[in-house]
Amino acid sequence: MVEGLTAVPRFDMRGVRKTFGATVALDGVNFAVRAGEVCALVGQNGAGKSTLMGILSGAIRPDAGEMRLDGASYAPRQPIDARRAGVAMIYQELSLAPHLSVMENIVLGVEPSRYGIVQRDRARATAAAALEELGRHDIPPQAAVGTLSPASQQLVEIARALATGCRVLVLDEPTSSLGHDDVRRLFDLIQRLKQQGHAIVYISHFIEEVKEVSDRFVVLRDGGNAGDGPTAQTRGDEIVRMMVGRSVGDLYTRGSRETGEALLQVDELMPGAASFALRRGEILGIAGLLGAGRSRLLRTIFGLEPAKSGRVTLGVYSGPAAPHDRWRQGMGMLSEDRGGEGLAAGLSVADNLTGSRLDGLGPGVFVWPSRQNAAATRWIDRLAIRCAGPRQTVAELSGGNQQKVAVARLLHHDVDVLILDEPTRGIDVASKAEIYRLIDELVSAGDRDKRKAVLLVSSYLPELLGVCDRIAVMSRGRLGPARPVEEWTEHSLLMDASGARAAS
Amino acid sequence: MDRALTVDGRVGRARGLLGARRFLDERGVLVGLVAVALIFGALVGPQFFRAANLELMARQTVIVCVAALGMTMVIVAGGIDLSVGSVVALSTVVVALLLRAGSGPVLAALGTVMAAAVCGALNGLLITRLQVVPFIVTLGTMLLVRGAAKGLADERRIEAPISWLNDLLRTAQDGGGLLLPAGIWLTAALALVVAFTLRYTRFGRHLFAIGSNERTARLCGVRINLNKLAVYTIASAMAGVAGLLEFAKLSVGDPTVAIGLELDVIAAVIIGGGSLLGGKGSVVGTIAGAAIMAIIQIGCSQQGLPNWVQEIITGTIIVGAVALDRWRSRS
Repeated sequence: MVEGLTAVPRFDMRGVRKTFGATVALDGVNFAVRAGEVCALVGQNGAGKSTLMGILSGAIRPDAGEMRLDGASYAPRQPIDARRAGVAMIYQELSLAPHLSVMENIVLGVEPSRYGIVQRDRARATAAAALEELGRHDIPPQAAVGTLSPASQQLVEIARALATGCRVLVLDEPTSSLGHDDVRRLFDLIQRLKQQGHAIVYISHFIEEVKEVSDRFVVLRDGGNAGDGPTAQTRGDEIVRMMVGRSVGDLYTRGSRETGEALLQVDELMPGAASFALRRGEILGIAGLLGAGRSRLLRTIFGLEPAKSGRVTLGVYSGPAAPHDRWRQGMGMLSEDRGGEGLAAGLSVADNLTGSRLDGLGPGVFVWPSRQNAAATRWIDRLAIRCAGPRQTVAELSGGNQQKVAVARLLHHDVDVLILDEPTRGIDVASKAEIYRLIDELVSAGDRDKRKAVLLVSSYLPELLGVCDRIAVMSRGRLGPARPVEEWTEHSLLMDASGARAAS
Repeated sequence: MDRALTVDGRVGRARGLLGARRFLDERGVLVGLVAVALIFGALVGPQFFRAANLELMARQTVIVCVAALGMTMVIVAGGIDLSVGSVVALSTVVVALLLRAGSGPVLAALGTVMAAAVCGALNGLLITRLQVVPFIVTLGTMLLVRGAAKGLADERRIEAPISWLNDLLRTAQDGGGLLLPAGIWLTAALALVVAFTLRYTRFGRHLFAIGSNERTARLCGVRINLNKLAVYTIASAMAGVAGLLEFAKLSVGDPTVAIGLELDVIAAVIIGGGSLLGGKGSVVGTIAGAAIMAIIQIGCSQQGLPNWVQEIITGTIIVGAVALDRWRSRS
C-alpha cells in the first residue's frame, strides 16, 4: 500500500480480528481506502469479506483491532452509528420498503420535520437532489419503490446513502441482479461518485468487473490479507491466484461430447416463442439480458408456470405437467433463486438433497433417516460438499456448498434432463470450477446411453461459451435459433441479446 | 493443503456447537417440564406426585393433547387451524345425536370423526383453492362450525344414552386391568402414530419441507395442495377424537363447549418448540407443552392460588418459550 504519500485514508482498519466461537473469521486484517478511490475487496466465499464489512458497518463488533475514519477513532456499536458516521452499505438484497415512494425511501429515518411533522417540500427537494447527484432524474420520486426495476431500486438505495451524507459506500455484489446496460450505468455512476470524493468499496466475484471498475484491490483468503495492488497493473489470473492460493487450471472443462437421441422437444411454446430439441449428451445454453424471459421459459417447461400454448415433449410424455410429473418423467430443475426457492434453508442437507425423491429410502411410504443420511453422504463425498454432516442445516453452509447441495438433488434423483438456471450465481471461483466439471461429466462421461442432457441459462457469457455445445439467445421474450458454440462470440451474443442485430 | 486443514478444523468445532444447540432444541421443553413439576412439587408437597394426582393431570390434558397432535402437523406444514375448538364442540353434538338416534357407540364414534374430518377437508379446500391464508380461512370456519354445531343441537345440550364412550376418561381402578383410563392409552397411541408419521414417512418429511419453504417443496415436486388438504383433514379428525373425549367428560353433547380451546392447543405446540413460521415442531415437545400447562393449572388450584395467577404464569411461559427459541436460533 502506498498511503502516507497522499492524505490520510478515508477509513483505515488495522489488525482486525474476530472469532465466532472457536472459528477464526478474521485474523489481523488490514484494510484502508482513500477518498476518491474505488477499492475492490475480493475473496472466495468464507474468506471473511462479509465479516470485515459487517465490522465496518457496525453490525459485528471486532475482538481486536483499530479503526479510524478520516483520522478520527471509529468504533460503531451498532449499524445506526455507522450510518451516522457516513458509512453506507448497499447489499445484494436491497433493504427498501416496497410500498413507500422513492422519496419516502430516500429520506427514511432522516425525514426533515418540524414538531414531528414531515416537511414534504424539503423531503422532495432532498430526494430530488440525491437523484440529481446520481444523474437520474428519470426516476419519478412519487413512484412506489416496489414498482421499479431492480436496477432503479438499487439507485434509490444509493440515493438514500447519499442523502444521509455518506463518506464511505460499500457495494456488495451490486451487479448480481442487473442486466448488461444497467451494469454499464452503474459503473459510470461509481466513477462519478469517486470523482465526488467518496471512498468506495466494491465487492464482487467477477474479476472482469473488478478490473474495470476499481483502482486498487485487496484480496482476503481464510480470514487474512492475501495480497493487494493497483488493479491496472495486475492481470486477472494473478488476482484469482491470490484468491485461491494456487492457480486454477482452465476454469471450464470440456470432455468429448457425442449427442444421442432427442430427450426434450419444445414446439412453439408460449411464453417464450421457443422451439428447440435437446439431445442426450449435449449442453444447450440460453443467453439473454435480464428480464428477457429466460427463467420464465425454463419454469414453463418444468411446469412451475402455465404454458399459454405450444408443446413440450419429454421422452414419451407430452401434454401439461406439474413439477411433480416432471421429476417422474426424468427432468429436474435448479432454481436461480437459491435462498428463496432452490433450498429450504431451515432443513438439513439430507432433507434438501433427497427432497424430490424420498422413495427407495425405506419400505413403502416410509423414510428411514439412516438411509437418507447414507444417500446424502454419498453425494456429500462425491461433490466434496463441505459440511459437518448430512444433518447440518443448509443455512449454515457457504454459498458454493449450498449450490452443490441443490445440484446434488438432481443427481440423487438421477434425472436425464437437467434444467439449470444460473447455476454459478454468487458462488466462489473454486466452487464454480467444480460445478462446471460436474456438468461436463454428466454429458460426456460414462455409458453413451446413460449420459444426460443439460439446458443451461446464464447471464455470464464466458461461462456459456465455455461449457455449452449450442447456444440460443433470448431477446424480448423470444428465443432465437440454437447455433453451435463455435459460431458465437461474446460480442455476437450481446448483439443478439440486446436486439442490436435485429435493429440494424 | 493448509486451507483444507483450517476448513476441517472449523467443521469439527461447528459440530460441537451444533450438538449443544440440538440438545437444547429437543430437550429444552423437557427441562422446562421438569422444572415446572419440581416447583409445584415443592409448593404442594410430595402428594403432588402421587399416582392419582398424576392421572388427574393426564386426564385434564388429554383433550388438548389429542387436538394438539393434529395442530403439530398443521404448524409443521406452516399453517394454523383456529377451528379446532368449534370442531370439538360439533363432535360432542354429533356423537350425542348419533347415540340418541340409536346407533352403536363404535358407529357413533366413527361418524363423529368422519364429520370432523369433513370440516378439516373444508378448511383444506378453501385454503388451497382460494389461496387464502389459513389464519383467515380457519377464523371463518371457526364461526361457521360453531354455528353449525349450535344449529344442529338446536342451541341446547343433547342428552345421550350411556355407553362405554362415557367411560373413556374414567379412572381405571374400578374398570379392569387397564391401569389408566382408555382415553389416555388412546392419546398415547395417537401420539406414537403422529410422531412416527412426521419422522419416518414421506408425508411427514413433505410437511416439514412445505413448512420450511413452500417454493422449494413445489420445485421438488411435492404436491402442495394434496398434502395441505390431507393435513387439515387429519388435524380435524384428531379434533374429532378430542371431541369424543370431551363428550366422555361431559356425558352430553354441548355446542358451547371448548370455546378458546384452539388457543390452548396452539400454545402447547408453541411451548413445545413449534414455529408459526413452519418447518419446526415435534410430538414430544407438544405433549410436554400440554403437560406444562396442565401442571400449572392443577398445581395452582391445589395450592389454592387464584385463577389469575395461573393465567399469568401460563402467559409468561408461552412468551418465555418463544423468546428462548429465538435466542437458541440466534446463538
